[in-house]
Amino acid sequence: METNYVLLSFVIVPLLGFLLSLIFSSKNEFSLSRIAIYTTFFQFIIVVGFILYWITLGTPYINIKETVLFKNNEYEFYIDFFFDKITAVYLFTGSFVTLLITRYSRYYMHLEDGYKRFFNTILFFYLGYNWTVISGNFETLFIGWEILGISSFLLIAFYRERYLPVRNAVKVFSIYRIGDIGLLAAMWASHHLWHENITFLKLSNYHLVHEHLMAHSDIGLFIGLSILTAAVAKSAQFPYSSWLPRAMEGPTPSSAIFYGSLSVHFGVFILLRTFPFWEQQFMVRIIIGLTGLITAFISFFITRVQFTIKTQIAYASITQIGLMFIEVALGWHTIALIHFAGNAFLRTYQLLVSPSVVSYLIRDQFYHFVPVSKTVNNGIKNKFRNTIYTLSLKEWYMDYFMSNVFFKSLKGVGKYLDFLTPKNLLFYFIPLYTIGVYFYLNESSLPYFLKEYLPEFIALSGLLMVLKAFSERNFPRLAWLLVLFNHYCVALAVSFNEKFELQETLLYLSGVSVSGLIGFLVIHAIRKKEPQQSDLNMYYGYVQKYPKQALVVLLCSLGLMGFPITPSFIGEDLIFSHIQERQYFLGLFAALSFIIGGIAIIRIYARLFLGPYCKPTSSNPLKSS
Amino acid sequence: MLKKSSQEKITCFDLEKTLHELKHYLPSQAPLKDFVHHNTLHAFQHEFFHKGLHKASKLFGYQTYLTIEEYRNLFIQKKIDERVLDRILLSKKGGNKEEWKEKGLNKNYDSHIIQRVGKFRELWKKKYKINLDKYVHPTLFRLLGSYLDQGISIDGFPINKQGFLNSVLELHNSSIIKLFTSQRVNQLIKDKAVSLQELLKMVVGKEEFFEYYLFDQQFAHPGWSGMAAVLDDNEYLLLDKRNITLKDFITLELLLEIDVLDNKFGETWKPLALSVEEDNLNLFSKIEYDELYDILSMWQEAYEWSFFDFVLKGLQVKQDRLKTQPTFQAVFCIDDRECSFRRYIEKNEPKCETLSTAGFFNVAFYFQPEHGKFYTKLCPAPQFPSYLIKEYEASKRHTKDVHFNKNTHGFLGGFISSPTMGFWSMFKLAKSILFPTQTEALISSFKHMDRNGKLSIEANALQKENNLQLGFAKEEMADRVEGLLKGIGLVNDFAPLVYIIGHGASSVNNTHYAGYDCGACCGRAGSVNARVAAFMANHKEVRDLLKLRGIEISVNTQFVGGLHDTTRDEIEFYDEEELNEENKILHSKNKITFEKSLSENAKERARRFLLVNNKSNTKKTHEEVKLRSLSLFEPRPEWNHATNSLCIIGKRENSKHLFLDRRAFLNSYDYSIDKDGTILLGILNAVAPVCGGINLEYYFSRVDNYRLGAGTKLPHNVMGLLGVANGMDGDLRTGLPKQMINIHDPLRLLITVEHFPQEVLRIIKINQATYEWFKNEWIFLVVIQPDNKSLFVFKNEEFEPYLPLADEIKKVENTQKMFEGNAENLPICLIN
Repeated sequence: METNYVLLSFVIVPLLGFLLSLIFSSKNEFSLSRIAIYTTFFQFIIVVGFILYWITLGTPYINIKETVLFKNNEYEFYIDFFFDKITAVYLFTGSFVTLLITRYSRYYMHLEDGYKRFFNTILFFYLGYNWTVISGNFETLFIGWEILGISSFLLIAFYRERYLPVRNAVKVFSIYRIGDIGLLAAMWASHHLWHENITFLKLSNYHLVHEHLMAHSDIGLFIGLSILTAAVAKSAQFPYSSWLPRAMEGPTPSSAIFYGSLSVHFGVFILLRTFPFWEQQFMVRIIIGLTGLITAFISFFITRVQFTIKTQIAYASITQIGLMFIEVALGWHTIALIHFAGNAFLRTYQLLVSPSVVSYLIRDQFYHFVPVSKTVNNGIKNKFRNTIYTLSLKEWYMDYFMSNVFFKSLKGVGKYLDFLTPKNLLFYFIPLYTIGVYFYLNESSLPYFLKEYLPEFIALSGLLMVLKAFSERNFPRLAWLLVLFNHYCVALAVSFNEKFELQETLLYLSGVSVSGLIGFLVIHAIRKKEPQQSDLNMYYGYVQKYPKQALVVLLCSLGLMGFPITPSFIGEDLIFSHIQERQYFLGLFAALSFIIGGIAIIRIYARLFLGPYCKPTSSNPLKSS
Repeated sequence: MLKKSSQEKITCFDLEKTLHELKHYLPSQAPLKDFVHHNTLHAFQHEFFHKGLHKASKLFGYQTYLTIEEYRNLFIQKKIDERVLDRILLSKKGGNKEEWKEKGLNKNYDSHIIQRVGKFRELWKKKYKINLDKYVHPTLFRLLGSYLDQGISIDGFPINKQGFLNSVLELHNSSIIKLFTSQRVNQLIKDKAVSLQELLKMVVGKEEFFEYYLFDQQFAHPGWSGMAAVLDDNEYLLLDKRNITLKDFITLELLLEIDVLDNKFGETWKPLALSVEEDNLNLFSKIEYDELYDILSMWQEAYEWSFFDFVLKGLQVKQDRLKTQPTFQAVFCIDDRECSFRRYIEKNEPKCETLSTAGFFNVAFYFQPEHGKFYTKLCPAPQFPSYLIKEYEASKRHTKDVHFNKNTHGFLGGFISSPTMGFWSMFKLAKSILFPTQTEALISSFKHMDRNGKLSIEANALQKENNLQLGFAKEEMADRVEGLLKGIGLVNDFAPLVYIIGHGASSVNNTHYAGYDCGACCGRAGSVNARVAAFMANHKEVRDLLKLRGIEISVNTQFVGGLHDTTRDEIEFYDEEELNEENKILHSKNKITFEKSLSENAKERARRFLLVNNKSNTKKTHEEVKLRSLSLFEPRPEWNHATNSLCIIGKRENSKHLFLDRRAFLNSYDYSIDKDGTILLGILNAVAPVCGGINLEYYFSRVDNYRLGAGTKLPHNVMGLLGVANGMDGDLRTGLPKQMINIHDPLRLLITVEHFPQEVLRIIKINQATYEWFKNEWIFLVVIQPDNKSLFVFKNEEFEPYLPLADEIKKVENTQKMFEGNAENLPICLIN
């Protein structure tokens, strides 16, 4: 039973540290850094102690069902913790690096605006890290996953008064959300495969997995690829690699801990974690290995042309992670784990000493310079070399693809709903929704074909609304409401399924409605105060003028996107468990609308509150800085 | 006919002129290795200070003063003296003084910053709903950065063919993947018809808007443009040579713009000036009077003179001169960081004499360390000496660190190194965070030259290498020593030991390391210069020559070169073995004085380091201070020139009674031996740009850290070893990072000269470049008349008498008590 408490303490300690760090004033550097150092130090001691104890036990698998958060006849949402070799390595590496980084930052961040914010976010991240690492089922893991996403966003946008960090933070957050689709889909499909929230422990039962997969090989493939999507996005693999160098916007230690070492290795983690599940699917293993190979190949070339130190380290790290993917696919787990820890330490150190590169390399150049002769010949070799060079300089079009093709086409869809304005929205929405509710109440009178397609239709309209919210340029309130209404659409769509209870709908809608409403009112108030300057065409940086409102809207945004601070989070999972196996379109629409809704919401928050303040009265940063 | 064509010329766009103007206004900061302080707003220096600041603010959106709220707070905190404010108001506004005071204290002003630059080009966004910069900047910066890169990338820019633009176009031509995709651009390149004027016609349309457009475009990324402009004029700044012009850079940007616009709108878009109706666009039109700036300028002067008034009062205090033979003499750099060190030496050895001059000690040359492939310039940046000094028999001072090895970035290299070296990094990281020690990344001032190595100072035959003379001939040496000694007024009463002590700094993880070293040695440590100057002064034949010129140095007098590390407060001496027996004994005694003074100096400095406990004992504090130079996590190894605001030219005996709180540059000068004023002229020619440059760079980085400074250094990313930027696609950041200016008070420099006003007036008018600094009040100048200590301030091109308002200056018995636990600026006070 003690192990129960020890495992729990791995998340309780960072949580307490995080909560405590919220109390102190930003002027109180001493206490803030002390809390962070004590938290990470204490955690490090328990981690090391426990790992040693666990080794004396003979490195068993430990699985502990902590608490049940929600339960009805056929569905149970519970927090589950799991400890094995993978957990041990990730826990150790994480706690060690974080301990060093917090001590480093204590001096490094001295006198910086946002000293408090920095330590708050680091501790919040640390909570997410530990939570994810010790999670024992998909639901628990998803909570940690979301915390990682948000803390990443906050740390990249740490210098929120500048344009580029904010833009890049939104960019990275968007790609993270794409990864989340994978996780949501994997969760949904595995509900149907196992008819329960299966623990990772059970997955390691070879025969059980084998038996199920024999019956549902297509679902097996689907889950495998979904997991890969999540892993690829989180670990900046092909074709998402371009986010990692763009994430290097925060203070150097935060870049080192997030993007150099810990956060970026979560793709490898989730693959290792779910390995028993896809181990028997040759196809999945091939695809994972290939993804790793392609990434390693491409980023190898991109690394070679980087002329900035941090992007060079970023791409070098991506190359290694690509190799780790191959190792995992081959089943070489111990090697992958050693590779992970080594790479994490190496890149952390390289990033932390990156400013030294100037003096070091200039000195090196001073003493060892040999001029390179650039021969011009028109041979095919030359052409090939220059082509590779140009291609690598353009990052093999990965960034171009993400922003100019992928997201742009999503925005293109939203443009079809440009006739909507905040004023007329309700005129469209209320009648439509009323009809929907009417059908729901009189379900029996519905013709069969309608009944068959109605849920999909409603979910699709929800998705369209979210796309409109995502592409909206003028009315933040409209975009905000559209995301809120989408939740109502999804709830309604799923309600058509027989076993869905009203209580579950209420659970789901409670959180989003409250945060949606509060957020709407705050944005409305700001719109009234700044009628000329509160559209979504640019960044307005109102956090400088309205810091309190910004915090409220941030919290509401989290609530509205189904972040685990409101009951909606459980509701979201419930909803998915009710989407039936054959309703993959409904599942797709719902998942997409959650994900894009999240991006739309963070975009509203970023545009209104972050970035250079629109009416500066003192020194203000240049957009390109 | 003739008349018409000449008229046309007036309205015509003059490309060369515009490029020249652009270069003038763009930041002129050299690559990191040659970082030297200079006036950030040098482009406005030909105007009166306040007018220049107002103009700079309106044109480019800079914040050029503190905000009015900050001044009002300073007034409430009594850091701005009400009497001083009243006096300034009276002199500027006369009878309306009260009305203006009320405005200054209470009136609400609209202080929104609105800039002219950018107004025209932002019409792209308004008219075409396109954010051009978003598409153009990343490619542009990446091409330029890769081309200029000095050694970060593994595969450098593949082509280096007759300039930047040609190389880029060649890359485009020889690659299957094209840099430009627009048909039109491809055709232009194919026809070899890329000309800046033609491109401007395509993009802008009307000639009268060309200049405005180029300013808008280049000031959207002043950092990179500035780098291109600097390298355009000073190719020698890069060790790995690159051929770049600002014109090439602009041409490429225009090509990229056309490419983006074509891809977005097809070839149907119209040039910007033809698609909008904008009449009132004139970048350099007259700037209207703005009452706010009038108020700000008065607040600023009140702020400055509230401090200066005290200093001047202190400098008037008469000192009795006790003339005895000094136990030793020590010559330092004028650097403000030596100010307190000298105070402690004087305290610990009251019979010594300290002097100071610009830290290259009048010997200008290039230096080539042993094994070095290049030369390093060791004199003020604007000088180009024709001498070379080589080091030989020196040990290697550059060690390798595998962590900077690029093999770790490869496929296999990374695969092998991550699991092996990775764990080594873990230990290294833990060690350097918990117990900082010396690593390969450390930049140590003592490594600039090997103290056990040898220097080829004396020219045997007049050998030349790359047009530089190897070493100095005897006459040349005598000239330099004479200049040095006369400059500081040391022509007789030589002590047995005369120290010549340069300075340098040590730090780790510091991209701006060059700015911490000696500015007079072009951002290097001053060790070689000190050693060379001492060698020359010890040279027997040089002394014989000096004797003929009236400077007699006794055989018993020996000069010793040395280096003071201002970060670690350590000192080392050169060629000590050359000392005779008596001097060796004296020297070892003096060393104890130096060591003690260094520790006390470190303790005084520690008061500004909030995380160091400066109340504990001196030795312990000194150790903590030393650690800062080794700590990876320490963004402030030392405060460098922060808080500088004074420059005192005169005899040390007239300032040594004052506690100046490390805020003063000190330059020894004896007016009585300067018959025709050439010495003073030489000093002012050096001090005005060097100290004025340092002072104003701190001033502007402090008031507008976002635009004129480099912003916080914590997220900085090193770009091609040239500069720093934020993130991946940011513009290069010029100026000083925030971590250098936290404690700086933005005051202009006050130079005081001990001399007679009429003579000084004559001398400063000789060199127009120097005179401009004083005439336009970018530096204040006060003359202290030696006989009666009356003060004269330079104003409106003449000297007016100045009467200090300050009450008596307090005497402080124990300065240590005053500064322990106090991180604020301390008042000027009397010591001993």
